[in-house]
Amino acid sequence: MLQRINSPSEMVEMRDFCKAAFARQKVRFLVCAGTGCIAGGSMEVYEELKRHIAERGEDVDVELLFEGKDSEAGASISGCHGFCQMGPLVRVEPKSTFYTKVKVKDVPDIITTTLDEDSVVERLLFKNPDGSHAVAEHDVPFYNRQTRIVLAGCGTIDPEDIRNYFAVDGYTALAQIFADHSPEEVIDIVTQSGLRGRGGGGFPAGRKWKAGYDAKATPKYVVCNGDEGDPGAFMDRSVLEGNPQAVLEGMTIAAYSIGARYGVIYVRAEYPLAVVRLQKAIAQAKEFGVLGENIMGTGFDFDIDIFQGAGAFVCGESTALTLSIEGKRGMPRVAPRPRTTEVGLYDKPTLLNNVKTFAYVPDIIRKSADWFKAIGTESSSGTAVFALTGHIKNSGLIEVPMGIKLREIIFDIGGGIPKGGKFKAVQTGGPSGGCLPESLLDTPIDYDSLDEAGSIMGSGGMVIMNERTCMVDVARYFLQFTEEESCGQCVPCRLGTKQLLEILNDICRGRGKKEDLDLLVELSHSVHGGSVCGLGQTAANPVLTTLRYFKAEYEAHIYDKCCPAGVCKELISFVIDEEKCKGCMLCAKNCPVDAISGEKKQVHTIDQSLCIQCGVCFDKCPNKFSAVECVSPKIPVTPKEKMEVS
Amino acid sequence: MSEVTITIDGLEIKAREGTTVLQAAQENGLYIPNLCNHPDLDPAGLCRVCVVKMDDWKIAISCKLPVKDGMVISTEDPEVQQIRKNTVELLVANHPMTCLTCERDSTCELQKVAHYVGIKPDDIKRYRRSVRSIPMDTSNPFFDMDHSKCILCGICVRTCDELQNINAINYAQRGVASLISTLGNKPIAESRCESCGECVVRCPVAALSPKNTMEPMRQVKSICTYCGVGCGVMLGVRGDQIVSVEGDYDNPVNQGSLCVKGRYGYKFINHPERLKTPLVRKNGELVEATWDEALDQIEAKFSKHKGEKFAALASARITNEDNYLIQKFTRAVMGTNNIDHCARL
Repeated sequence: MLQRINSPSEMVEMRDFCKAAFARQKVRFLVCAGTGCIAGGSMEVYEELKRHIAERGEDVDVELLFEGKDSEAGASISGCHGFCQMGPLVRVEPKSTFYTKVKVKDVPDIITTTLDEDSVVERLLFKNPDGSHAVAEHDVPFYNRQTRIVLAGCGTIDPEDIRNYFAVDGYTALAQIFADHSPEEVIDIVTQSGLRGRGGGGFPAGRKWKAGYDAKATPKYVVCNGDEGDPGAFMDRSVLEGNPQAVLEGMTIAAYSIGARYGVIYVRAEYPLAVVRLQKAIAQAKEFGVLGENIMGTGFDFDIDIFQGAGAFVCGESTALTLSIEGKRGMPRVAPRPRTTEVGLYDKPTLLNNVKTFAYVPDIIRKSADWFKAIGTESSSGTAVFALTGHIKNSGLIEVPMGIKLREIIFDIGGGIPKGGKFKAVQTGGPSGGCLPESLLDTPIDYDSLDEAGSIMGSGGMVIMNERTCMVDVARYFLQFTEEESCGQCVPCRLGTKQLLEILNDICRGRGKKEDLDLLVELSHSVHGGSVCGLGQTAANPVLTTLRYFKAEYEAHIYDKCCPAGVCKELISFVIDEEKCKGCMLCAKNCPVDAISGEKKQVHTIDQSLCIQCGVCFDKCPNKFSAVECVSPKIPVTPKEKMEVS
Repeated sequence: MSEVTITIDGLEIKAREGTTVLQAAQENGLYIPNLCNHPDLDPAGLCRVCVVKMDDWKIAISCKLPVKDGMVISTEDPEVQQIRKNTVELLVANHPMTCLTCERDSTCELQKVAHYVGIKPDDIKRYRRSVRSIPMDTSNPFFDMDHSKCILCGICVRTCDELQNINAINYAQRGVASLISTLGNKPIAESRCESCGECVVRCPVAALSPKNTMEPMRQVKSICTYCGVGCGVMLGVRGDQIVSVEGDYDNPVNQGSLCVKGRYGYKFINHPERLKTPLVRKNGELVEATWDEALDQIEAKFSKHKGEKFAALASARITNEDNYLIQKFTRAVMGTNNIDHCARL
């Protein structure tokens, strides 16, 4: 039965066969093999699980299931579950028991409680804020508000075995279109579903596919953009690592729709695991006849190559990406220019979509356009995938229906700010996005609402910041990123981002001038209006939004030489409160420059002329004392002290 | 070619279909500031200085914007003015302020644009000034490359690619570190550059500037003496010395282009060792002679060697007509077919 699929109707048989095979395994331990959990030691946990199951005399070899044998228990790797903060993660099927922070030494307990006692290891369960335990994955607050479509396969199937994908209806969408739909009909379904490009721009996918279909020149190409470059974002990476077959199926459906013969997946070389899993996925898909020549015996040919990008952020821009594949310098083409769907890769019609956009397609075909349209909002249908990072309790990867409020994501799914901190701002859309304050937390997540608020949807980075974050410093951080990543061809982006960065650097150092605020706004608008591509056009968003919502902080830096959040080193001093200091010496011992003096049980003092404002004393001072304070503006260093130093 | 009508700042002008807004403006004598555009090259749209507003809503780059009948273009829209001004200010803020001693003072495109946009000293004072400190490349014997003055318009890169097909230079690095570089960032003299100087004459600033040239007092139209192509040259003369050479744009042969010899090899003209009369060997030594004397000797000696023992080798430095005469002379007067030419491969 495990052989090449020779007609679309055989696909259903294959699915049922694989489903039945996996059903023979009564208990399945799914170990997260996403990059984060692997770094935490999940592969050792996986090996240990296999060893223990084998020791019990169970057959752990998956092949035996396909030979018709039953198995009491087995272990398998899976893609990223998303809750990276609590990794390594192990999920036990069929009950979905969800274990967090699993170590190798926990494995025997997991095995015996599951297989012998039919109970759970309580210490490894997720602890709710009220102290109770969540047993199943869907009981965990991080998960139970999510709607997982594109991430559905990540964490439930083994990404390195195509039969797992077959068992969850994989490639039945492709079989369905071969059997029942013309290319035009497929494009109609995609159009009706309201799917918009998930790379960040939000261009309607159906319209792009139609343009690809209408293009006359041949050959046509399908390109998958996996050049995910936003700091802290790993959505595409997780999809490619956790469910690569869904991307391949989506690309093949796209190829059928526009009549393409070749496809390329552009993935960063920094994602070695994604590259390996894609290579395996492509080889297996070809073996089963769902990719390559004569797909499913229909006579349709489609091959996919992997191109490893060298890591330039700007190569995520569609025209720079195609030039990069051609081996040329990755610089965006200058508008007015023909669309990529007319003149793209090798100057031929090219359909270029983001990883997630393609990964949605099989589900849309299988479950109908109306099903997809019913999720999310009128103008932005479906779900959005975010990588939650920063000052948040539950960081990780989430998928939520469009239209959900920022507040729900941050406080319900993300669990709020850790250590009793206070929310200050959320940054969406990576370096092209903006920072939104607490007053905008009820903004619904969709392309248009975020745009209106001055930010963008982006491809899904979401950085949460607490009250100890300096917004000028945040703007400076993102500008530093765009300044480095600008390709350098057009003047406003090349020199404009540099100028903005230098002004922000000066403000952070207390050298800001009062006319700088106007210049920042003026330049931001010109960089936006004058730049060639999206990188430059959106580069000033972090500046404009922080100026719009946190202007007082800029003014404090410029007029009072004060950093209210206590971040900008050149504007702050650390002092020890004489009344609170108990002389525990922790700060003095940890000070890297020996700036703190004081005997045991005596009040300590900081020599301001030596202090480098690293903040170690602030962090080390026990919470019960909280004797170290950060003050801004800086305490002037008297000339006398300076002389003593020299 | 059919014509369309477009409106620029309220002025209706006729434009050839297929041209860009910037071309149409220039052909009608209207100035839209620009830096990276050159009439000999495809538009690049990188300097963003030629920004205009189209049909009252869209910001566009006039050098890449094709004309369309009924199009309304504004070059003085407030948004356009702001983008243009900031863009030029950024360039000036990153440019050395050494105009008075600069090779291109008064012919500099950046100066012209900055003047048009109306940049005042106070405007620049707002900016953090910085000038790149990459060492000058002086390896080429004919021209220097000063990265601190380079505005990265890419005209040199496109000239080398589109006009000369040599591709000796291209962009390297990225962002603010971007620079025009040879392969492997070697000195120009060690690259595949043929020193034709086409990039140097097109450089809008003094990033590429010829060595040792002086402003001529007057220009004299002439033909390059180096080869039979017969490129038109404009010799720059100061006193009785030739101090510069430019390609003659009106000459149909070269349309302004020159090679390394024609452009930079003019020093022989005033060289003390230059031959000005024929030399005749007398008692084993070459001595100066008159043309009559020399021709008499040739006639006397050649007449003794008519037939197969004679052969003539013609030069590529003389014209077609002169080459024709040599072969005629060899065959008809000397009575042999032994005629060859140095450019024969």
